[in-house]
Amino acid sequence: MASKINPEMYLVEDIASPPAKKPSRDGFGKALVELGEQNPNIWVMTADVSESTRTHWFAEKFPERFIQVGVSEQNMAGVAAGIASCGKTVFISAYGVFSPGRNWDQVRVSICYNDVPVHLHGSHTGVTVGPDGASHQALEDIAITRVLPNMTVIVPSDLEEARKATLEASKLGHPSYMRTAREKMPLFTTIGTPFKIGEANPLREGDDMAIFACGSQVYESLLAAEALEKEGISCAVVNFHTIKPIDRASVVYWAKKTGLIMSVEEHQVHGGLGSAIAEILSEEYPCHLIRHGIYDQFCQSGEPLELLKEYSLDANGIIRYAKSAFSKKKR
Amino acid sequence: MPFEKLMVKLMDGDKPTQTLLDSSLPAGGAFPKVADLRKLYLISNNIRQSVVQMLHHAKSGHSAGSIGLADIFTALYFNVMNHDPKNPEWPGRDRLVLSNGHVCPVLYAAMAEAGYLPKDELLTLRKLGSRLQGHPHKGTLPGIENSSGPLGQGLSLAVGMAIVGKRERKSWKVYCVCSDGEHNEGQVWEAALLAAKYKLGNLIAIMDRNNIQIDGFTEEVLPLEPLAEKYRAFGWHVIEIDGHNIGQLIRACEESKKVIDRPVMIVAHTIPGKDVSFMEFLVEWHGKPPGDKEFDQALASLGQERKFYGED
Repeated sequence: MASKINPEMYLVEDIASPPAKKPSRDGFGKALVELGEQNPNIWVMTADVSESTRTHWFAEKFPERFIQVGVSEQNMAGVAAGIASCGKTVFISAYGVFSPGRNWDQVRVSICYNDVPVHLHGSHTGVTVGPDGASHQALEDIAITRVLPNMTVIVPSDLEEARKATLEASKLGHPSYMRTAREKMPLFTTIGTPFKIGEANPLREGDDMAIFACGSQVYESLLAAEALEKEGISCAVVNFHTIKPIDRASVVYWAKKTGLIMSVEEHQVHGGLGSAIAEILSEEYPCHLIRHGIYDQFCQSGEPLELLKEYSLDANGIIRYAKSAFSKKKR
Repeated sequence: MPFEKLMVKLMDGDKPTQTLLDSSLPAGGAFPKVADLRKLYLISNNIRQSVVQMLHHAKSGHSAGSIGLADIFTALYFNVMNHDPKNPEWPGRDRLVLSNGHVCPVLYAAMAEAGYLPKDELLTLRKLGSRLQGHPHKGTLPGIENSSGPLGQGLSLAVGMAIVGKRERKSWKVYCVCSDGEHNEGQVWEAALLAAKYKLGNLIAIMDRNNIQIDGFTEEVLPLEPLAEKYRAFGWHVIEIDGHNIGQLIRACEESKKVIDRPVMIVAHTIPGKDVSFMEFLVEWHGKPPGDKEFDQALASLGQERKFYGED
């Protein structure tokens, strides 16, 4: 059976056994060092989490452009805006629950209303932060950032995509938010995989339905689609790495082609990728949409992969929800 | 090693930069400084009259703080700061961050007096299509350094600018006008900690200590005193002055420029609504504009001879 993986996406050869697992936040840290070497106007800040956000790599090389603010995310957002207003491009990094969680007002006014190039990096997002539990599981960060004017919102799916996203964000000249995860995840994209802010990547062909995924859920959705194929459901997978601006044309294209869309994200179903897609579909091409994610609840402590399973965000969970959606489509 | 010396050693090792300033800045900042105190008091009276007119015309806005800050803005724009109204983006300009954005009528009035915008435009305050937004917006009116409104955010921005200025050895200073009431916000104290960590000798904050906020007197709503001691304990140099004495204001800023190893907080004691007799000291004038009858009274009050402080 011919693979339905889109060859133009240059994914790893065997999706089922990727070469390694690494956390997406490493891609952010690597990109910062690259940027620091290329551009003397790149500054980096953190709020007492330099190692876990991987900003310590930049700090070691460019201490004169690194700022440690301590545990004060609100101040960090404001100081970043001040630095950016002096012609710098500033990356600020903390756990997603604290930035943009705790400092949303500062992000709104000091960063977005000033419209200065400050790029937020929220690490340790989603349930995969694991045993720390609900207080530390950022599941609302996409919702609160995508409503902000001047803001771009990006959710990369692995280390390499996080690296590219960081490099691309640095060119925006306006604010952005990028969300990464703590847990090691399969490296399934490659250096050749295209990445353009605002352009969704069609990773896999399919006719019966299309899964729109972001972050950790892209890989799980690819695995799910392969399994669904064996059960006679031809399922496309599209990587919506950019939540804002959302790729409207791609949403409509796949809706017309398959007539059934399922969004999958490690985020509340309210306000995230699924909501963004629902907005487009209802305006441009109403069709059946299933929003899969966290269903309006706080989650629990546990091991990351255990939690993905518990909340049906692993391949098996996605398969169950996809089959259920598909059975309704047939009726 | 004594604890204090050890702490200094442990703190950021940045050296004072005054002797190694970047001299590559382009020329600019030609705005002439007014040294004559009588002229400065006339300017501050003009600014007060503009503020009264703007607020009356806008039919909403914050009177007491805006009027009470007229002397401070006069000192900054007409004597203390290096700036250039004809070239608002001049890279060598001193930066003025206004943190309590609700007093922006006094900012707009001072900027108009200095030539950043036509004085006629002041009456567009808060109107649709105006460059004079109800709270300041960076990008709408050249010369505005920062958008503001939600309290407590400005000092952080000023700290960011001062870090860049210090690390890149720029000669410009960062001034931050903030209010006493906004010191209820925790973010202000976060910024105060960071400014001390990086020994921002190029940061000069001026607090409008007018003792009022929306719901009442600051010491009743949420006691702030002893404010000066708090800032000293945070590692700042603190100067307390009469915020209506322009001579004192200028001297405090001159003293501040000489402090190069730590940020400076000038606690400027002011009277809310100063020189508009029926507004002075009254909490109720924090957040409302003068009506028609009060407008005439206010202008009459300002038309009288202003008490002149002279050299002291």
